[in-house]
Amino acid sequence: MIGASLAGLSAARALRRQGFDGELTIVGAEARRPYDRPPLSKEFLAGEIDEGDLALELDDENLDARWLLGAHATGLNTGAGAVTLGDGTEVRADGVIVATGARARSLPGTQHLAGVHVLRTIDDALALRKDLRPGARLLVIGAGFIGAEVASTATKLGLDVTVIEVAGTPLANTLGGMLGAAVARLHSRHGTRLFCGVRVSGLTGTERVTGVKLADGRQLAADVVVAGVGAIPNVEWLNGSGLELANGVVCDAGGATSIPNVVAVGDCAAWYEPCVGAVHRVEHWTGARERSAIAVSTLLAGHYQGDPVKPPYFWSDQYGCRIQFAGFARPDDQITFEAGDLNDHSFLAVYRRDERPVAVLGVDQPRLFTRIRRQLEPLPTAS
Amino acid sequence: MLEVCPLAALPRGEALRVESDPPIAVFHTDDGEIFAIDDTCTHQDASLADGWVEGCEVECPLHASRFDLRTGAVDAPPAKLPVRTHEVVVSDGTINVVLNAAPPNLPPGVTTNAVGKAGQ
Repeated sequence: MIGASLAGLSAARALRRQGFDGELTIVGAEARRPYDRPPLSKEFLAGEIDEGDLALELDDENLDARWLLGAHATGLNTGAGAVTLGDGTEVRADGVIVATGARARSLPGTQHLAGVHVLRTIDDALALRKDLRPGARLLVIGAGFIGAEVASTATKLGLDVTVIEVAGTPLANTLGGMLGAAVARLHSRHGTRLFCGVRVSGLTGTERVTGVKLADGRQLAADVVVAGVGAIPNVEWLNGSGLELANGVVCDAGGATSIPNVVAVGDCAAWYEPCVGAVHRVEHWTGARERSAIAVSTLLAGHYQGDPVKPPYFWSDQYGCRIQFAGFARPDDQITFEAGDLNDHSFLAVYRRDERPVAVLGVDQPRLFTRIRRQLEPLPTAS
Repeated sequence: MLEVCPLAALPRGEALRVESDPPIAVFHTDDGEIFAIDDTCTHQDASLADGWVEGCEVECPLHASRFDLRTGAVDAPPAKLPVRTHEVVVSDGTINVVLNAAPPNLPPGVTTNAVGKAGQ
């Protein structure tokens, strides 16, 4: 098992649950035991919970595994059945589960500048938390979910927050333009400035960041900058392994890769999505957890067993609102409101294609959301 | 014993929240079994009666933790503590719940005024 975060832990559990009683080695790049990342932009960043609260393992859990933490996988030799680690040692295996996740994309040329952050790990969150002092000016680059949650947390901590987004409408790729704009309205409702359609051309400051330069020539002053500009799959270590890579490890609808006895799951994996008709990297918590059991059954059986994959589901907690989305939305889907409407603080919107519900978005509507989510078609199984 | 509702008022596949302290969720599964557990997820404040039931398992509507309806055990993270289960008694066409005397595992920020309170 290469990867010791949610996907790796879930796959390890699935291995044991599905009857694998052989030797299990779990390799993790971070030195920590598996932990939960969603709170890093919310309760953990706000200091409301501590590291112990993030642990994913149960107190009495025993997976009978050898844990190699703080170890980077640097190569996969499928012929020899071996994974090479950063210190040169080799781990031999009859089967390999690739769950190396993704890392936060950082702004180029900003590594030496204090006050500039990304958010992916506990260490990232601890470093950012130190900079989130009441009254400080925070500039968040990217109005995606990470950026929005950081802005929400920082607003609550008493910072002066501005979010800038290169797209004309935030979240349009995921939620569509109309509903992306509706969710982004939470910012202004809670005192956060949001500028859309602006491109950052650089940062100002020599040792510590003092602001950002925009492509239109404007400058915005800031004491702290957070880049929430997406993630890059950790797959470079697989170059030359023979695995097909294309913005992630290319997999079929059950996690099988181009090489037998190697499956991939989680943020590093691009599974074939029948309803999209292409491979697609789903970077959601629930995907990492749910698909790991499918990937494990694929590995143990030698090929995809046809278990249906639930449509992608994610949530985001911002400004005290609970946002939930499931499915795949397209720009031409028909949208109807089953509760509330665009001007309400709480609503439930259903995306339909050929009369069938294909996606659902809820703001503070958990009960209705779950009801509609259950009606979304599971992705058809492979033929 | 707490009287919940007539059996006929809770069809299979449905759940309801009893506004006790702390609230209780009562589920009538697709297989016809009735279970009662604490309604509040042990991870964060969310109503499990709003969750997705599959077999004998409920998934929290917010963060997708899963609990076994029969035992209250955590089947999937991020929750780590089990929910309390309560005994269900159906008599004369009425669903009743016998409250579990053990302290509940309530999430951070949620408290109870009930006797024998716990949680934090």
